[in-house]
Amino acid sequence: MTIPLTEHPETGATGPVHALEVRGLVKHYPGVKALDGVDLVVRQNEVLGLAGENGAGKSTLLKALVGLVRPDAGEIWVRGEKVRLKSVVDAADHGIGMVFQEQSLVPNLTAAENIVLGSEGPGVRRGIYRWDTMRRLAQEQLDKIGSHIDPLARTDSLSFAERQMVEIAKVLRIEERTSNPPVIILDEPTSVLESKEIETLFTQVRRLREFASVVFVSHRLDEVLDVCDRVAVLRGGVSVGEMPTADAVPTDLHRLMIGSTGSDDHYHEGLAERSADEGEPRLVVKGLCGKTFRDVDLEVRAGEIVGIVGVHGSGREDVCRALFGAEPTLAGEVTLDGQPLDLSGTRAAVASGVGYVPAERKIEGMVGPMSVADNMTLTKQKSRCAGPMVVPQKQASLVDKWIERLSIRTPHRGTQIGRLSGGNQQKVVLARWLVAGDIRLLLLDHPTRGLDIGARSEVYRLMRELANSGVATVLLADSLEEAIGMSDRIIVMSDGRATTEVGCPSGGKPTPLDLVKEMV
Amino acid sequence: MTSPAQADTEDVIAPRPQPRRGVSLRDAGPPIALVVIIGIFAVLSSDFRTVGNVQNIMDAAAVLAVATCGISFVLMMGSIDLSVPGVMGASAIAVALLVANNRNGNDLGLLGVLVAILLGAALGCLSGVALVGLKVPSFMTTLGVSAVGLGVATLMFAGVQPNISDEMLRGWAVNRFLGLAYLTWIAMACVLVGWLVQRYSRLGRYAYAIGGAEEVLALSGVKVAPYKVAVFTLAGSFYALAGVMVTSQLSAGLVQAGAGYDFRAITAAVVGGTLLTGGRGGVLHSAVGVLLVTVLINGLVQVGVSPYWQGGVQGLIVVAAVSAAVIPQRRRNQVTK
Repeated sequence: MTIPLTEHPETGATGPVHALEVRGLVKHYPGVKALDGVDLVVRQNEVLGLAGENGAGKSTLLKALVGLVRPDAGEIWVRGEKVRLKSVVDAADHGIGMVFQEQSLVPNLTAAENIVLGSEGPGVRRGIYRWDTMRRLAQEQLDKIGSHIDPLARTDSLSFAERQMVEIAKVLRIEERTSNPPVIILDEPTSVLESKEIETLFTQVRRLREFASVVFVSHRLDEVLDVCDRVAVLRGGVSVGEMPTADAVPTDLHRLMIGSTGSDDHYHEGLAERSADEGEPRLVVKGLCGKTFRDVDLEVRAGEIVGIVGVHGSGREDVCRALFGAEPTLAGEVTLDGQPLDLSGTRAAVASGVGYVPAERKIEGMVGPMSVADNMTLTKQKSRCAGPMVVPQKQASLVDKWIERLSIRTPHRGTQIGRLSGGNQQKVVLARWLVAGDIRLLLLDHPTRGLDIGARSEVYRLMRELANSGVATVLLADSLEEAIGMSDRIIVMSDGRATTEVGCPSGGKPTPLDLVKEMV
Repeated sequence: MTSPAQADTEDVIAPRPQPRRGVSLRDAGPPIALVVIIGIFAVLSSDFRTVGNVQNIMDAAAVLAVATCGISFVLMMGSIDLSVPGVMGASAIAVALLVANNRNGNDLGLLGVLVAILLGAALGCLSGVALVGLKVPSFMTTLGVSAVGLGVATLMFAGVQPNISDEMLRGWAVNRFLGLAYLTWIAMACVLVGWLVQRYSRLGRYAYAIGGAEEVLALSGVKVAPYKVAVFTLAGSFYALAGVMVTSQLSAGLVQAGAGYDFRAITAAVVGGTLLTGGRGGVLHSAVGVLLVTVLINGLVQVGVSPYWQGGVQGLIVVAAVSAAVIPQRRRNQVTK
């Protein structure tokens, strides 16, 4: 295939026209710089891998490429032409289409309808469906990827892998809108697939390369290296490098993704009063099984912080929720201070002194329109009541005490929690478990997600203080450094099993790379 | 009434049901329940299993069937419509004043029926516009439009009940074809039209898709607002026709022509397998639901259940039917509102 040559718009130099080029893309969200000047080039007929840790800016970048996010600064060039993408349709007109991570098909329609949705063309005349034409249009797209799915099958009767084929067929429909070869973005396409299905997907991706450019995003580095021609790495909203995959190994890639570690004692290791090696374990989990995890063993002593790490789909979130009774378990024994822990529901867990800070703070962690005081006393109602009645003075003095203790910055205890900054919201959520003074085990699911560095640091300090007061903590960290920095021990989970335990004492910390070797 | 066992076996033995023309076991629940209930009443009561009673049931179901047909489209989208009594009342009075009657000299005949239906379409359109334009939830907009409809009806009523003398309209309720009243045939035609719209028109398919995953439509470049307005307009026309049918039955226009039809229609649709969250069910489901509810009322009378008991018994059966329908979707910590 010959590559058309044109003048480079700015430098005037002549070079190959890239299928897609991103220059200095910037996007700010309140408190967070999601993209901080990203540069990226997608060549014709290549599969480009995009790697980066959580929060590196991958998803914001992808959304900008399909017109879902309007960047604050920077440029997007499609085949030598500068474009402003206002919507998904706009992006499709320029030949850019995306297969979304959370699948974007209408479940109760047929595959054919989903494939042509929004651009039915001759499939609908004067508002009346021509089912035969519709079927033919869809079949044409499915033929492109050699899929044998029945176009008239209902989408929710298809397997995940089949649905993904439908999505790809749907995205390929942008070829009808533009004469140029399309750019197809696949966001975490393998996260819901079995290994056999992944192989099929890779065959499809290689087939797509014949007539399109592909951007492939995945958490699994071995996959990226397997299917991509080139990998670009993002970190903290900046492009930090790229390499051809031919001679790269996962550790090279991971070194780029992680970069250097943070500032000195960001994790307040100096505060840790180590005494955790002694004493009986507080939480003992033996052979815990659930839908997504099997035979998980875990011990946490009072005052200890144990991190669980693993890639997306390792099942660690479900273990955490199961320990709080929020996820059904199939087998296993769990004891807290020697007493069997009732996992039948969250109420029993709360009564036993177990606390849980969910990852989705705004959805599961707090009631946005309610006040700081009401959110703080939400779970431990007794702390603010006399009999069945709420005693406002009792609540007020208790809440004020904790606002001061945790230095929560809020105008007043009656302020809506939704108006506080993320870090202060999270402190209120944590305080909810502390007001009654009976907390024994704290389960923290990504407690610093979406927080800026200063707020993170304060949450870390709070975690240390709680550990020093004897609370046992299970931490699902936002990043590997966080897990290493905060934990006394780290359990590595992969495919639903706890595979390894890595000691993580202050002064003898493992490196992220040590952990990655265990995770992959 | 889907039993949990049925729902489970569906998942196990039917991994790939052929969806377009075939029927899944879950969808087969309400028709099976209908057959079972008919069977039970037929055994219990000899009065129930007469041809005359079958005619009674069909005729009694006609008005509800038309109203439910309209509301099915709204429910399919995941919206709700409480404007039924208002729209029915307005159209009932309007048609009574437009055909030959004792209040004025109008004698528009079929044209009068058409105008009344257009009035209903306009009221439905108003609901839809308020929903998409002012972003007011359908629960409130349609409640308001119902009040508007009753207001319009009351103004037209003006204290004197219009009795109709139009032979055609009166004949609809009286004349029979193959043993069924004309109104019953009209209701069946409505169900057929509704089914065709649902199956073969973009409007119907998009209404279904909006209930399934509205945000996906937006991501695919579909503007959903016009379709929402169109669905409410279509539904309004159906309610208006139901109102005309009541006028035909009573030979008079009443403001209260549609009283109670809002919740009866919603109940029938839900019992038939249409989900209030949208994306499942449809016109045929609703037709089965209408028959279920009507057979139940008729059967309870026939087997001699005290009228004092009937309301409560009906309510219990409806709750049982709906809870059976949602069993497959239950999970831990589910939020139900």
